[in-house]
Amino acid sequence: MTDKDYIIPRRTNDKPRQANGSSQSDKFENYIPEELLRKDAVGIPGLSESQVVRYFNRLSRKNYGVDDGIYPLGSCTMKYNPRINEIIAKDPAFTGIHPYQEESDIQGSLEVMYELGEMLKEITGLDGISLQPSAGAHGEFAGLLMARKYFDVKGEDRKTVIIPDSAQGTNFASAAMAGFRVVEVRSNDKGTIDIGRLKDIKEKDPGDIALIMITNPNTLGIFEKEILEISDMMHKNGSLLYYDGANLNAIIGAARPGDMGFDIVHLNLHKTFSTPHGGGGPGAGPVLVKDFLIQYLPVPVLVKKNNIYSLDYVLKNTIGKIKAFYGNFSVCLKAYCYLLSVGDRIKDISTDAILNASYLKKKLEGLFDIPYSKNTMHEFVASAARYKKKGVSALNIAKRMIDYGVHPPTIYFPAIVEEAMMIEPTETESIESLDNLAGVFEKIVKEIESRPELLENAPVSTETKRVDELKALKEPVLKE
Amino acid sequence: MEENIRYTETYEYIRVKDGIGTVGISEEASDKLGDIYLVELPEVGKEFKKGEEAGIIESVKTAADVYCPVSGKVIEINNGLEKEPEFVSKSPMEDGWLFKLDISDPSELDSLMDKKQFKKHINEKGRW
Amino acid sequence: MVDYTVHSRKDRKKILKYLGIDSKEDIFDFLPGKIRDPVINIPEGLDERSLRKKLEAIGSQNNPVSGLSSFLGGGAYDHYVPAVVEYITSISQFFTAYTPYQAEISQGTLEYIFEFQSLICQLTGMDISNASTYDGASSLAEAVLMASRINGRKKVVMPVTINPQYRDTVKSYVYGLDMDIREVGYKDGVTDLSSLEKEIDENTSAVLIQNPNYFGCYEEVFKIKKIMEAYPDCLYIICVNPLSLALIKPPSEYGADIVVGDGQVFGNTLSMGGPYLGFFSARQKYLRQLPGRIVGKTIDAGGKDAYVLTFQTREQHIRKKKATSNICSNHSLNALACTAYLLYKGEKGLKSTATACIKKAAYFADRLKETTHFKKAFKNNSFNELVVTSDLDMDDVLGRLKKEKILGGIRLGQYYPELADSMLVSFTEVNTWGEIDRYLDILKGI
Repeated sequence: MTDKDYIIPRRTNDKPRQANGSSQSDKFENYIPEELLRKDAVGIPGLSESQVVRYFNRLSRKNYGVDDGIYPLGSCTMKYNPRINEIIAKDPAFTGIHPYQEESDIQGSLEVMYELGEMLKEITGLDGISLQPSAGAHGEFAGLLMARKYFDVKGEDRKTVIIPDSAQGTNFASAAMAGFRVVEVRSNDKGTIDIGRLKDIKEKDPGDIALIMITNPNTLGIFEKEILEISDMMHKNGSLLYYDGANLNAIIGAARPGDMGFDIVHLNLHKTFSTPHGGGGPGAGPVLVKDFLIQYLPVPVLVKKNNIYSLDYVLKNTIGKIKAFYGNFSVCLKAYCYLLSVGDRIKDISTDAILNASYLKKKLEGLFDIPYSKNTMHEFVASAARYKKKGVSALNIAKRMIDYGVHPPTIYFPAIVEEAMMIEPTETESIESLDNLAGVFEKIVKEIESRPELLENAPVSTETKRVDELKALKEPVLKE
Repeated sequence: MEENIRYTETYEYIRVKDGIGTVGISEEASDKLGDIYLVELPEVGKEFKKGEEAGIIESVKTAADVYCPVSGKVIEINNGLEKEPEFVSKSPMEDGWLFKLDISDPSELDSLMDKKQFKKHINEKGRW
Repeated sequence: MVDYTVHSRKDRKKILKYLGIDSKEDIFDFLPGKIRDPVINIPEGLDERSLRKKLEAIGSQNNPVSGLSSFLGGGAYDHYVPAVVEYITSISQFFTAYTPYQAEISQGTLEYIFEFQSLICQLTGMDISNASTYDGASSLAEAVLMASRINGRKKVVMPVTINPQYRDTVKSYVYGLDMDIREVGYKDGVTDLSSLEKEIDENTSAVLIQNPNYFGCYEEVFKIKKIMEAYPDCLYIICVNPLSLALIKPPSEYGADIVVGDGQVFGNTLSMGGPYLGFFSARQKYLRQLPGRIVGKTIDAGGKDAYVLTFQTREQHIRKKKATSNICSNHSLNALACTAYLLYKGEKGLKSTATACIKKAAYFADRLKETTHFKKAFKNNSFNELVVTSDLDMDDVLGRLKKEKILGGIRLGQYYPELADSMLVSFTEVNTWGEIDRYLDILKGI
């Protein structure tokens, strides 16, 4: 096999003009300090192209993607990833741009980022945006840092962030990373924020409350109807409202977080905006703000003047950078293409997302308890608790679903529902697909009733059977 | 001799004898945690106030904080848990004890629950 | 327009009927009137063909480096991405998959991440690696947070020879955490050891070094370790270009505790700055403090080897406010590109690519003597980059090079006012000797 050698193309005339005691004939060792010369081998085998292709093809067959079937993970919005966006994103006109090129050479890419930003501002009802954050959690972190600096500049010492008990983990972790302490507010029996409890928390030390982080609809799929009241209460208290955009798919086109009173919003382009999850990433978590917070955004931001796009580094109180360069450009490009395609029909997304989830919920109502069932939107949380007496848990059910060729929903979250299964089908699933999923649940429930042992060792039909997670922890092997 | 065992809202228990309390997590807590693989215990000699975080228990599912049931000083820890953290799963009330406390204010025990009250607390959706 | 919702009118009617809803308009009735049905100004959707044409037009406003001679580096490098890497990241079971929480149907993702972790450890000499982070800058920032968690200290020593964007990121990350970042200056292109030594004491949490540094110079990493020996609890955090590790000692050999950097150089396109690939590796004893995801090897119920996400209890979704970090994702697909690239190039291929960078940079540096107005700023040898200084106006020079379709380098004045007369020039295997000769010719003519 040939050496994949691009240094000196063999059959061309590419040679340096001078080969005199300078680098061409010299050994590379002459250019590295002796003490830094690597003596041992790195130990990486070189495979031929066909070996590489076979290896990864084989690996891919052990995976399951949205392209293979339904992926009803709650709050993940595993919708279809349009192919045209993948193709456009691979265009060398976009992949071949170095971030340090002059602005006049990169007007195309700057246009994409700017115009995407404008559309996202319009959709959310906010005034400023940064596309820099790489993920939702990264966007949260940026938003919280901005809030922190906002109060520092104002001279107000506010150290507390309020988070509902149904919130997902990054909210808490991001707040801690930004130096806040967290107070949890418990949900009421409808599954939404208990305003009375919220008032109590606020009353304890009103001047210490920096902001409240809210997902709307929340992780139960239920809309926080009292949001205007909450927003009013918090603003009167001098606090800010933060919107976790993970569930935007439920309301996109039908309502805007900016109108609800949110001051800071993060979005997940890899959820609502159809960019692929990639096995865990890369995604993008743009952060948007109301007017008065624009000066705190990470730099640079995109600006347009006289039809020319540029990068602006001069924001009075910017929190600085949260990573190098400008953001996950190719992810932003895909989201931009998606919005250009969907256009003014964005409300169809949330409409169908809700219809699909409601349809599925009704189909499952007889099989599982759904403790917070009233008014769920694009997702709902079913409980497998009634099967505990048969020795069956949500985990068993999830693993058995794999044998039926579907990806399980999110399990054990949110914690306020016992044996939780958080289900979000998204709008890109057909009725057949939904019926199929409901059918799988039905079959499994029948098995629980007559032959629960079938679930104990599930999955049995996959190449890899139930993995031993405990052994992985007790005897860690984290590399070859 | 169940009378000298008291429980906290956060599912710890403390078994008191002659002013020394043996602290651990209740059966219900260890059930919820599932397979435990690591226990982080406090240092001997360290003093805690009631409700302060004294240790961490990690299982496949989650990591849970252990809160000190009453104020006191740690006089002994269960060293066996380093090699055999499973004791906390298999026998939380006996072999899986975590640490022993020299109780500084015995009156704090009154605000803890007895077994009956604790069972009631769990049933009323004592979310943990 | 393209419609990614899948229901026909008939389908929707069927669902509405099943749910007992009159019309789809009723679905949002419960929303408070004040916020219901906002006016959202987005242009009508484009069909696929129109979308393509529009993006082609936008793309034509770009001038990608392939049509120019680019010598731009500074944290993003134009290395050739083999076609096979592009193919592998296009496999839909990889890119449309989610995080591998259900191990039994995610062995593909889990295995390549495990492979990635192993390769990073081989390159850096560290014992453990996570599944990747967003980029090198955020990796470095996370390393700073981790060091502080480990030794409880607040002071961090950060030489200015570290990539300025990385330093900026570190400062942002610690904003809310009451830490004390001490920047240290340089002498002749490398960290000034006497200034560095002054900042290291029993309150120092970590010393950060980029090697080779932003100027392309090799730092005195052994000497620095010696200085640190008096403070064994202080962590040594090294930031590297992983391609350099094909020829340069792994940081484990000069006492590193944590090694971070960016894997964009391995199989990931320039893409105007993202997504790139942060890697994060450390010594075994720091496992419990390692941020991000980790894949471990175990067995399945049938006794076969299997891979699984492990030590998740450190992660945000379980520990919440006590988490090691809030990082909840990785750049999996970029890690896939990196893994495919490394396996395809192999040791030999990596070494030859790294050698090309060194030789081309050295050749250029050497021939600068032939020019009248340009010289190497620092005498230290470079890996793939060097700082070129001029007595002419650097903006002018770069403008003239640009006219010749050469992207000569990065203006350093934007980060280092004392280097306003200098630029950072970078070399990869993609720069041909002919290009380099032409660049030199033009410099000679100025």
